[in-house]
Amino acid sequence: MARHAPHIADVKVSARDVNVFYGETHAIKDVDVDILDKTVTAFIGPSGCGKSTFLRCINRMNDTIDIARVTGEITLDGEDIYDRRVDPVQLRARVGMVFQKPNPFPKSIYENVAYGPRIHGLARNKAELDDIVEKALRRGAIWDEVKDRLGAPGTGLSGGQQQRLCIARAIATEPEVLLMDEPCSALDPIATDQVEELIHDLRRNYSVVIVTHSMQQAARVSQKTAFFHLGDLVEYDDTDTIFNNPKDSRTESYITGRIG
Amino acid sequence: MTDAIEGARPDAAGRPSLLAADRRTRARNAAERRFRLYGMIAVGLGLAALVVLLSTVAIKGAGAFRQTYVSLGVDLAEAKLDKTGNRDIEAIKKVSTFGYTPLIQEALVRKVDELGLRPDGMSDKDIGGIVSKDAAAQLRDRVIADPMLIGTRTRVDLLATGRIDGYFKGRVSLASAERDSNVTPDQIRLAQALAEAGVVVTRFNWGFVTRPDASDQRPEAAGLGVAILGSLYMMLIVLVLALPIGVAASIYLEEFAPRNRWTDLIEVNIANLAAVPSIVFGILGLAIFINFAGLPQSAPIVGGLVLTLMTLPTIIISTRASLKSVPPSIRDAALGVGASKMQSVFHHVLPLAAPGILTGTIIGLAQALGETAPLLLIGMVAFVNDYPAAPPEGFFDPASALPVQIYNWTQRADPAFVERASGAIIVLLLFLVAMNALAVILRRRFERRW
Repeated sequence: MARHAPHIADVKVSARDVNVFYGETHAIKDVDVDILDKTVTAFIGPSGCGKSTFLRCINRMNDTIDIARVTGEITLDGEDIYDRRVDPVQLRARVGMVFQKPNPFPKSIYENVAYGPRIHGLARNKAELDDIVEKALRRGAIWDEVKDRLGAPGTGLSGGQQQRLCIARAIATEPEVLLMDEPCSALDPIATDQVEELIHDLRRNYSVVIVTHSMQQAARVSQKTAFFHLGDLVEYDDTDTIFNNPKDSRTESYITGRIG
Repeated sequence: MTDAIEGARPDAAGRPSLLAADRRTRARNAAERRFRLYGMIAVGLGLAALVVLLSTVAIKGAGAFRQTYVSLGVDLAEAKLDKTGNRDIEAIKKVSTFGYTPLIQEALVRKVDELGLRPDGMSDKDIGGIVSKDAAAQLRDRVIADPMLIGTRTRVDLLATGRIDGYFKGRVSLASAERDSNVTPDQIRLAQALAEAGVVVTRFNWGFVTRPDASDQRPEAAGLGVAILGSLYMMLIVLVLALPIGVAASIYLEEFAPRNRWTDLIEVNIANLAAVPSIVFGILGLAIFINFAGLPQSAPIVGGLVLTLMTLPTIIISTRASLKSVPPSIRDAALGVGASKMQSVFHHVLPLAAPGILTGTIIGLAQALGETAPLLLIGMVAFVNDYPAAPPEGFFDPASALPVQIYNWTQRADPAFVERASGAIIVLLLFLVAMNALAVILRRRFERRW
């Protein structure tokens, strides 16, 4: 704890001694990290370093992979999410996720956003559901573009719009933590810019964790940055410190472009 | 050619010209042309075989859809059919077909003499012989259905015998009638004269698709009604059993079951079951459903169960394939917003896989519809002259099936049954084409939803 000295009340997700194995492969090695509330945390590192794998531990998406095995402890607000009594479905309602490739359901824009609130029973009637959908689309910064065609298929939108729709879908269930796995890797610079602005706004309400390949993006959107290398968490600190004054030589090599 | 060789001359730097193909390129292009030719030959052979097959069946079978009738006014004499005169249905039923045959003969002889068409020395019995033996039975059914006809002269269309029918379809000639014990040249001449007088007519044969099978001596009366009903009942059973069981099994295996030695074993066995010869399923059905479970022979319920077992692997394999083809990103998306495994499958994966599942099911059903071998073993090859009752009781009544009826008819001696069998093949093919068209339409309809 003394390493990063965060205020204990601000810690949203805390990981201790987390190891992940894919069959024989040791993908994540003894990772300790504290993710703060109302903060954007970026995970950077070369391909295959385990940053996405670790991200998927936080909402137990690795459960869907038969050969994946997670040890150690991850807590959300002090509760162990790998406890035997935890239903991953309940966890995922509180820890939303946006994926690398935009993956809207092949349904209408409205249905895409309404699906989560509906299965969690967040709306008592149609009017409430309409409200939730509008709010989520507004926060997803896509309302103005789609408000006249909510019945149109979500898959008919452009890539950037689809990704913002997916973000709106993820925040419609009012999660506390939003995990984003390279959300801009399939987008052009303009769409990327829009999504980054959106992430900036989201920080007011959520704890956002973003995995990115782009160091510029990490520097632009995040307050905290974690650098992963070959399954190790090499360094975790304020984004400014990581980029301007890294303590580890591997971090320095990576951000100056000598490895990765 | 000389141009090409000149063009291929290297330039100053020794590089070959692009304007002429070099030896390797020419060889490659020739190989591609040869391959295209092989492909076109293969497709052409396939098409030619199909055309020959379909045209043979169509030419041989078209006759089954037309039937020769003798159109007559028959005196339904009260003295013969209802001696008591009080139209008591039980009393009327006591008069067998032998009571009706003389009435028909009488009517025909009267008509022939009226027109003055009787050939020299032809007996009344021979004249009556151009009408099918089944005509009396049909007339009797009609009278029993409506006893008020008794005492009137009623206009009826009576089936002509198979030989007379064959004459109008070109199957029988005067020359062949010389050597035929079932028909005399005089009868054919008389029929020809009656046809010119408008008494003998050829019309579309609804009886072929509605009436039950008939005995060896009455090909003109044989129809597909029982076979179509039997096939329909079996398809109903297969659909109701195989679709839910198959889809449930494949969803479980594909989405929920852990990957281990047991599921691998099950998978291998399903693949093997799909390749088991159908007659083996027939033996299984005979041993289990009839000998062990005591279900009746020749019944659509047993046929349906056997065909269900046969269709299940097909449905499971195609359902699993279409579940597999749904992109994993959709599952991730659903799980990501907090859907349970089952919600993600039923709300998102299954609707996307539905077109594939439907196509697989219909193709499985079409396969089952055309299946003959297992049905032979469970007794569906029997001669069935009564319609099965309405479901569900009808599932336990004896019935026939389309492919078995075809097999049955091809075994019979009278050439008129060859025509019937070809006609039945046309009906079966029409059903198959309709089912495959339905599969295509459903697929299009569902896929259009983005």
